[in-house]
Order: sequence, then C-alpha cells, then structure tokens
Amino acid sequence: MLELQELKKSFGGQPILKGVDLSVEKGDVVAILGPSGAGKTTLLRCVNFLEPADSGHMTFDGVTYDLGHMSRRDILALRKKTGFVFQNYDLFRNKTALQNVTEGLITGRKMPRAQAEALGMEMLERVGLADKAGSYPSQLSGGQQQRVAIARAMAPQPQIIYFDEPTSALDPELTGEVLAVMRDLAQSGMTMLVVTHELSFAKNAANKVAFMEEGQVVETAAAHSFFAQPQTDRAKEFLRILNQT
Amino acid sequence: MTQRLLDILAQGFTRILIPGLTMTIPMTVLAFSLAMVVALAIALAQFAKLPVLTGFSRFYIWVFRGTPLLVQLFVIYYGLGQLGLKLPAFVAGVLALGLNEGAYCAETVRAALESVPVGQLEAGECAGLTWWQSVRRVVLPQAMRTAFPPLGNSLISMLKDTSLVSNITVAEMFVAAQRMVSYYYEPFAIYLEVGVFYLFFSTLITKLERWGEKKLNAYEYK
Repeated sequence: MLELQELKKSFGGQPILKGVDLSVEKGDVVAILGPSGAGKTTLLRCVNFLEPADSGHMTFDGVTYDLGHMSRRDILALRKKTGFVFQNYDLFRNKTALQNVTEGLITGRKMPRAQAEALGMEMLERVGLADKAGSYPSQLSGGQQQRVAIARAMAPQPQIIYFDEPTSALDPELTGEVLAVMRDLAQSGMTMLVVTHELSFAKNAANKVAFMEEGQVVETAAAHSFFAQPQTDRAKEFLRILNQT
Repeated sequence: MTQRLLDILAQGFTRILIPGLTMTIPMTVLAFSLAMVVALAIALAQFAKLPVLTGFSRFYIWVFRGTPLLVQLFVIYYGLGQLGLKLPAFVAGVLALGLNEGAYCAETVRAALESVPVGQLEAGECAGLTWWQSVRRVVLPQAMRTAFPPLGNSLISMLKDTSLVSNITVAEMFVAAQRMVSYYYEPFAIYLEVGVFYLFFSTLITKLERWGEKKLNAYEYK
C-alpha cells in the first residue's frame, strides 16, 4: 500500500534520513520506534510532504512517485488520501470541534455541508466527543483535543493515517483515552503508521515494528517477535533501557 | 463667556459637523477600505514568499513609510495633475491616505500572520486543503483577530490625518474651522471646537473597536 525506497533528507548539510526503506501493507499498524534524534518525526513529515525529501521513491496505492520531484498537484492528491495526527494536536483554533472535522470535507473535498456534518458527528461519536461538537479547542482538554484531531484525520476515510507521537504532549492520565481510540481504530482495519514512545501500544495494537536509528530503519519485524527477540544490538539495548524504567 | 462666542460656537456646531459627516467620515471609510485591500495584498504576498511580489512589497512599504503623507498628497494631487492626470481632490485624498496607511497596516497584518503557529497551516494542508484554502480559512481569521486592535489604532490615526487634505482644497472639517477662524478671528475657541469633533468621532471608533473585539473573542486561544 505504501512503500518507501531510499528516502533521504538532510538539513543544512546534516543528513537526518540516510536512505529509509519501509513497506506498509493495507491494514497494517506499524509502530516506528527508536531513540530521540533517529529521524522518526522527520520521516513522517517527509511522507506527508511537510518537509520535502531530497530524494527517494514512494509507492502509494500502486503509483510510484519520485520524492525529489513532487508536483503540488500530486502532493495535494496524496494528502487527500491520507490523514495526519500531530504531536501538539494542531486543531484549528478558530473552529469548533465539529468544524475541525468537517473543514477538510467541505472546503478541501467539496462535500455538501449537510453530508459533511452528519459524517463529522459520526466521527466525533466514534471518539466519544459528540457532546463537544460545539466546543472550541481551548475549551477542551489535551486528550479531548487529540481525539478530535483523530476524528478529523479519520473523517475523509483515508487509506492511511500517520501519527506523530500522538500522546507525548499529554499528561499520563490523558494518554489512555487517546490510546484507546487508536486501538479501536486499529481494530477497525485502518492502516496506520505511528511514531510513538508508547511501548504498550506498539506491543498490543501494532502488528509491525520498524526500529529506527541514525536516519535508517535498522530492523523491521512483526511486533511480537520484535519484543520477544530483537535482532540488532541497538534494538536490544533500546528495549533493555526502556524495560528498566 | 460672551454671548458672541456662544453664538459662534453654536454656528460652528453645524458648520463643522456637516463637512465632518459628508467629507471626513466618508473619506476615512473609503481610504481605510483601500488601506485594508493594500495591506492584505502586500502582507499575503510576503507571507506566501512570492519571489517578485515580495520584492515589490518591501519596496512599496519602504517608499510609503519613508516619505511624509503630506508629500504623497501633493505628489498625487498637484504632481500627477501637472502630468495631465487631474484627479478630483477628494479622490486624490482617498488615494494618498489609503496607499500610505496601507503600508503601515501591511506590516501589522504580516506580523499577525507570522504570529499564527505554523502547525495551523500544516494541519490545514494535511486535512486536504490547498495552501491558499488553509490561509484563508484557518490562518487569516486568527491573524485578523490579533491584528484587530492595532488596525483600530490605524483607523483612528487615519481619521485625524484626513485634516491634511485641507491642503489640497477638500472642504472637510478642518477647512470649515479655518474659514470660521478667518471670519470671526476666534482661533482658540473654534480650533478647540473642531478638536472636540475629532475626539467625538475617534471615541465612536474606539467603541466600535471594543464591540468588534468582544465579538471576535467568541473563541479564546491559549
């Protein structure tokens, strides 16, 4: 469904991604793990063109794109098939929860308002926030904002949703509600690519793990075997340290 | 206070208020509308980092902020007049005030656009909006809320700057006062009176601005 080949990106001469290969099948929930500075977030931002990659190829839904030469049109078309959930939620601050969900449908995809609002309410219901449809982001807790952000990403029925550390800005007692929504989404068959520090989510909800270090995916494995028998020394070390805490 | 002075002030009430309502206020409204169009265009061109237009925008701001409004007024009215482009004085006044204030307001709007977190624009684009749709629907409404109080300032200073167009024969409030002074020779009382009229109108604008700010506060940012 999504395949990356030799994705490279540097900032000011400093290579951040040194040729990333990654393959995501339809229905996969892939957790990207790795130490800070490994390039996880940059990878996700390159995949949705928030940062232009320097080179590499991406195959999405059977079409291969040259990441070094993307047209605005291709970028927009690809973004309409994907959803993105940010670390800091980034809900539209001037719009209510419902408007946050419907904006991309009405303005971006020209869906009739009534249909978009019905769909939007359905999405808010799925994340348990139908009663907050008229609230502005500033009136919601961090966990609620992130659930609205997930509803916003789900609404256009994308082929994949990217999550960039969706719980790392949240208080521990609020991460649970967000992870529950994500688990629910994973079980419904949504394809997800998740940069996370939540090992429990990676263990329980992901079916694959991609372990990144120094700008490369150094190990890809089924989630259960990654945690039971990590192959690379670096992954073993990473898990050992995390298990101590 | 003598009866004569009271009579003059009473006469001044209508002789100053009428040009205020027929000249000063319409000119302020028209020139400020022009300033807003100019400010938005110039601020957005820079925000979008359009190559040629950004250069033009910086040049525009440099020229219009760097020269006196009175000089701009004279160039547009008398200068262009000499070259054959004879604009009615009222139109020349609107143009000079609008183009001048537009340069200041452009900086206000640009700063407000840049104060909106970049994540708002990125979230718009990730939701399937184009760059322009994201700006128009998400970034600009937030920026205008930030820009609202300083733009209110600009509107008040424009109201007062309309007194400068008395220099190009527009018969607005200040000209009415000058005429009365030269007839009655009571500069202190009459100039104070016209000052009170400016104060009255700028108070109205302040009230309007407060009201607008409250409306915009329907949603509160963190």
